[in-house]
Amino acid sequence: MEGSSLNLTLKIWRQKNAQDSGKFATYNVSDISTDMSFLEMIDVLNEQLITKGEEPVAFDHDCREGICGMCSMYINGRAHGPWNGTTTCQLHMRAFKNGETITIEPWRAGAFPVIKDLVVNRSAFDRIIAAGGFVSVNTGNAQDANALPIPKDDADASFAAAACIGCGACVASCKNSSAMLFVSAKVSQLALLPQGQPERIDRVLNMVKQMDEEGFGNCTNTGSCEAECPKEISLDNIARLNREYLFATLKK
Amino acid sequence: MSSKLDAKIPEGQLETKWSQYKSSVPLVNPANKRSLHIIVVGSGLAGSAAAASLAEMGYKVKVFCFQDSPRRAHSIAAQGGINAAKNYQNDGDSVYRLFYDTIKGGDYRAREGNVYRLAEVSTSIIDQCVAQGVPFAREYGGLLSNRSFGGTQVQRTFYAAGQTGQQLLLGAYSALERQIGLGNVEMYSRHEMLDVVQIDGTTRGIIARDLVSGKLERHFGHAVLLCTGGYGNVFFLSTNAMGSNVTAAWKAHKKGAFFGNPCFTQIHPTCIPVSGDHQSKLTLMSESLRNDGRIWVPKAQNDTRKATDIPEEERDYYLERRYPAFGNLVPRDVASRAAKERCDAGYGVGTSKMAVYLDYASAIERYGKQQATKIGEHNADKKRITELGKEVVKEKYGNLFDMYAKITGENPYEVPMRIYPAVHYTMGGLWVDYNLMTTVPGLYALGEANFSDHGANRLGASALMQGLADGYFVIPYTIGAYLSTQIREKAIPTDHAAFVEAEQKVQATLDQLMNIKGTKPVDYFHKRLGKIMWDKCGMARSESGLKQAIADIRALREEFWKDVRIPGAQNELNPELEKAGRVADFIELGELMCVDALNRNESCGGHFREEFQTEEGEALRDDDNFKYVSAWEFKSTGNFELHKESLIYDRIKVSQRSYK
Repeated sequence: MEGSSLNLTLKIWRQKNAQDSGKFATYNVSDISTDMSFLEMIDVLNEQLITKGEEPVAFDHDCREGICGMCSMYINGRAHGPWNGTTTCQLHMRAFKNGETITIEPWRAGAFPVIKDLVVNRSAFDRIIAAGGFVSVNTGNAQDANALPIPKDDADASFAAAACIGCGACVASCKNSSAMLFVSAKVSQLALLPQGQPERIDRVLNMVKQMDEEGFGNCTNTGSCEAECPKEISLDNIARLNREYLFATLKK
Repeated sequence: MSSKLDAKIPEGQLETKWSQYKSSVPLVNPANKRSLHIIVVGSGLAGSAAAASLAEMGYKVKVFCFQDSPRRAHSIAAQGGINAAKNYQNDGDSVYRLFYDTIKGGDYRAREGNVYRLAEVSTSIIDQCVAQGVPFAREYGGLLSNRSFGGTQVQRTFYAAGQTGQQLLLGAYSALERQIGLGNVEMYSRHEMLDVVQIDGTTRGIIARDLVSGKLERHFGHAVLLCTGGYGNVFFLSTNAMGSNVTAAWKAHKKGAFFGNPCFTQIHPTCIPVSGDHQSKLTLMSESLRNDGRIWVPKAQNDTRKATDIPEEERDYYLERRYPAFGNLVPRDVASRAAKERCDAGYGVGTSKMAVYLDYASAIERYGKQQATKIGEHNADKKRITELGKEVVKEKYGNLFDMYAKITGENPYEVPMRIYPAVHYTMGGLWVDYNLMTTVPGLYALGEANFSDHGANRLGASALMQGLADGYFVIPYTIGAYLSTQIREKAIPTDHAAFVEAEQKVQATLDQLMNIKGTKPVDYFHKRLGKIMWDKCGMARSESGLKQAIADIRALREEFWKDVRIPGAQNELNPELEKAGRVADFIELGELMCVDALNRNESCGGHFREEFQTEEGEALRDDDNFKYVSAWEFKSTGNFELHKESLIYDRIKVSQRSYK
């Protein structure tokens, strides 16, 4: 498809470090091809800034193919911008109109402190996984893979939950900064599989405990996490997490 | 054979080398493990698997990654699958056949002993991953599903839709996080290794930079494992992640670790073509798409009709025509060169004319008919069959088709995809022996960072296999051979002169970079390097081109160190400073790649020298003169000495590779 080009105004959150209070700065970019990805548009801006002797905008990004979960921009009031089921790196400039003003902010959540500009600290997610998001099987302990047949529907449902990329869009989109969608995706993946059964009770209790300690908010079922999730992780997982948690507390 | 290279391949029959090795390698008792420190740099499949396994065994482990979380390492982006010789499909697969396919696919430039071990442990990988809860694709009977990949005639590839790398990495990451939670691993994310520390020629730790505070840190280790991936980003445009880099491996190289086969680069045939100068990276369309997709160009040159308007008889399915036995599933190097040949000859498609079609129309029709029969719609019309076929294709490849649509704005269910080869993987890497140790005692390289298993061309779905084999099943044994000699060595305090000196040198380089205060951003230099490499050390290479490239790269290096502009300060998060250090290393590596390509006066696998080809345009090896691994020793910047490790084939008869 032949692209055209855009002139845009960007309002971008600039914050020197965690201590700085931060503010919006306004920039103009021109001749942006509609074939560019959103991050390539930011690359163009940064090249302009460096050439002018100004500091480029710091932002997290790595694979640029929608799977590593590193990119994390809040664009025009939506996590990862206007396209559903899409990470910022896969968002392309054909989503925007010539002359448009685009507002870009970092994830906003108490548990995700800003490091610089659009870069936030999401290590709370790692600590939640470390609290129980695994099957305790040491290397070398496994039986033959086909000795454990798993119904295709269960395997598919587990895979759908496991597609979470840990980007944190769910938290950023939630008015309570809840991490329930993230936690429920991992709890569901393992609860749906026979391998996850031995630790099923401790897993959900420990992960939820860690989630609370990290300062994530409660879930009030607004569904914004599901709407903004770039991997379209279903809200059904939160329902399953609630059932798992209730079951576990009754068992303990 | 160079006296400095001892591959340490165990004696004995090929089939029993590894099992005999395992039963005779020295062990380290549990009490001693607790006081042995291991540093793992990189948290992809090799790094996470190694760190988790070693911590489970009782070693004290530190892991470093430059990303904000170990889960984001670029292994996560692998799409299509992982090979294993399970023979679940009962189609004649075996450990030997996987071994044979890998050696042949690598165009007879890999070691028999290493590759056989890889094939042997491949089956345990699948078992381990399933036990961790990795949700592989399954059949309705509940058993694991397989598909085909290039260069093989069996179905041995296990997969999780188009996200196999993600699921395998999350499995290894969860094992790693479990060990972090248990206190057996200390994790350092947003850290970059900037040098290795040696005392009396032995590896004793690393210098790392905390990328948030900018502070340099010293870390002691009895052994250091570099699991830092490949160096495809030397080409600027590649399918690698933006942060993928050679810095850790290059610093190790400059400290004495030989670099093996640096010119062996894999150009992947099916990537989304470049759309303009703004392009920052290229996106792969999984090789699994060649299971069902058919590759073609118009039979007429400069045909400007839309793909769907070109009738069947005016299409050239050139892979099926040239390679009837393997068809669209020839190995990557062969498929890439064939695409380049057609485009160079004027048959390319799209606005740039540097693309070929990957067409799903016939697969959609075939699957549609199957599905109609399956659900009892025996009188389904063409429209209904297409509809059913699209549903099947969506289930198999939906995420890849969606990605294509987002990037190109075209609907691949309706029009054929346009694809072109792009840099994807590097078979070359740090030279290692059978133990995965480099030429420096205590310094190891695992996964894509080493050179060991893929020869001159890697087969699809074998990178995940190798990363996990090295991490889960090889290093836990082989590291004992070295650490058993280290049990009397106490942890060395990091105020030791060697640490101080190493840190000062790193600091001096950072100061030097910041003080250039030139006029051009880092990317300006990176893009120029990439263009030199792609034009002259890419899919086709020649003596004159490589000589020119070496001169151009030297000039670029001078210019970089005079004119790069790095904004900001050192004591803060400074992505431009990070990039500058990496590009400086890429420039030095680029020269070595060209030097290696120039030395290798033959064509093999992904290394294609225009002077050395058969009449049919296939790679022409010279086994009499080049059946060796090139292992380069760093002498000084731009000055490398070649050491040769002869390749000995006891089991496999070396022959001209044929996929016809």
